[in-house]
Amino acid sequence: MNSLAKEIRVLTGKEFRLELKKKYVINGLLLYLLSAIFITYLAFDRIIDAPTWNSLFWVILLFVAVNGVSKSFFQENPARHLYYYTIAGPQAIFLSKILYNMILMLVLSLLASGLFLLFMGNPVVHPGLFIAALLLGSCGLSSILTMVAAIASRAGNNFSLMAILSFPIVLPLLITVMGISENALTEASRANVSGQVVVLVTINIAVVALGYLLFPYLWKD
Amino acid sequence: MIKGVWWKISALVLLLYAVMAGFFITVPGTMMGETIRTVFFHVGMWFAMFVLLFLSFIYSLRYLIGFEEKEDIVAVEAANTAVCFGMLGIVTGMIWAKNTWGAFWVRDPKLDGALAGLFIYLAYLILRASVDDVHKRAKISAVYNSFAFILWMSFVLIMPRTAGSSIHPGQEGVPLLSLDLSLNTRLVFYPAMAGWILLGIWIMNLRIRLNKIQRSTGR
Repeated sequence: MNSLAKEIRVLTGKEFRLELKKKYVINGLLLYLLSAIFITYLAFDRIIDAPTWNSLFWVILLFVAVNGVSKSFFQENPARHLYYYTIAGPQAIFLSKILYNMILMLVLSLLASGLFLLFMGNPVVHPGLFIAALLLGSCGLSSILTMVAAIASRAGNNFSLMAILSFPIVLPLLITVMGISENALTEASRANVSGQVVVLVTINIAVVALGYLLFPYLWKD
Repeated sequence: MIKGVWWKISALVLLLYAVMAGFFITVPGTMMGETIRTVFFHVGMWFAMFVLLFLSFIYSLRYLIGFEEKEDIVAVEAANTAVCFGMLGIVTGMIWAKNTWGAFWVRDPKLDGALAGLFIYLAYLILRASVDDVHKRAKISAVYNSFAFILWMSFVLIMPRTAGSSIHPGQEGVPLLSLDLSLNTRLVFYPAMAGWILLGIWIMNLRIRLNKIQRSTGR
């Protein structure tokens, strides 16, 4: 267990160093986010209502997440993956990728919400609930998408494959998180919200556990 | 999978009974009126699809344990047959919806879940088609199948409950099994469900045999 923690720490550090070395990748992602929000700003030339704000925000975040996470296995070549496999266990590699993607998505979602508040107005009524939705939503998105990115990368680095594989299975998470976030934008009833948070946490845990069990099969040839 | 001919004969007898009785019995004058007869056909499609997808999931797991090619063949042909039943389920449901709700498609967690399931298994088939190596394809698609099935189950079984606003019949209690039916309807409903499930397994069996022949002749 101790060696697993050490492997995860080293591998996650490696992901960060790689990202800082190739700054154009993260900068590209930031520009993608900014232009997507700018397009929605231009498309609606008035203040939009809370449900529209909510739907647009999460759809944009989904696309940013698919773009951001899909690179996690495409970026390095297969020979380097073989090298990692000889020095660390598949579980450590999987968990380090998930951890790195979670941090990346947290930063991106906070930035996205800041930009959205700036450009599209501020309908948030319960900031704490909204931040909880952001936190759980970006963790869940990044763990599902990390697993799908691993599958898509083994099937030949095809980006449209990543999208069609991930969109339908991301739906339970996305709809739940959109429900919570919509509750954070309206004054009215919050009766259902604790149930939805429980569902969201359960999905998060289930996805990481499933990935932990299934990833080793993807790894070996 | 199942040996013998008895279950094929019973599938035929059950479905013949379901189709005839399904149109001839008198149904109680509930809110749904005569459209309740769709329960013998539409729900049967979903029952057959669920059983086949569950088989596909089990055989994917079995493939990941033993890496036997025959498990992979069952997994893919179960999914193929299930997609057909799923499409028929959506079409029969749309016809019923037009007559009951006034529109072919309405916003409802159960309908969304059904469509998401169809997308997942179409994506599964595209994933398979995009990998050439037989063993690699089997392994990757088995991983996706197990992962997606569990997430989809969370969508179909949990979401309509937490959303709490499904207008689709059969919302209360155990999914699919606690429809509020009269005795007369039940006498047709349960045999019909058994018939559709057996028919699904029969079609899957034929597809498995065809798949094995195609693999052994190299086509």
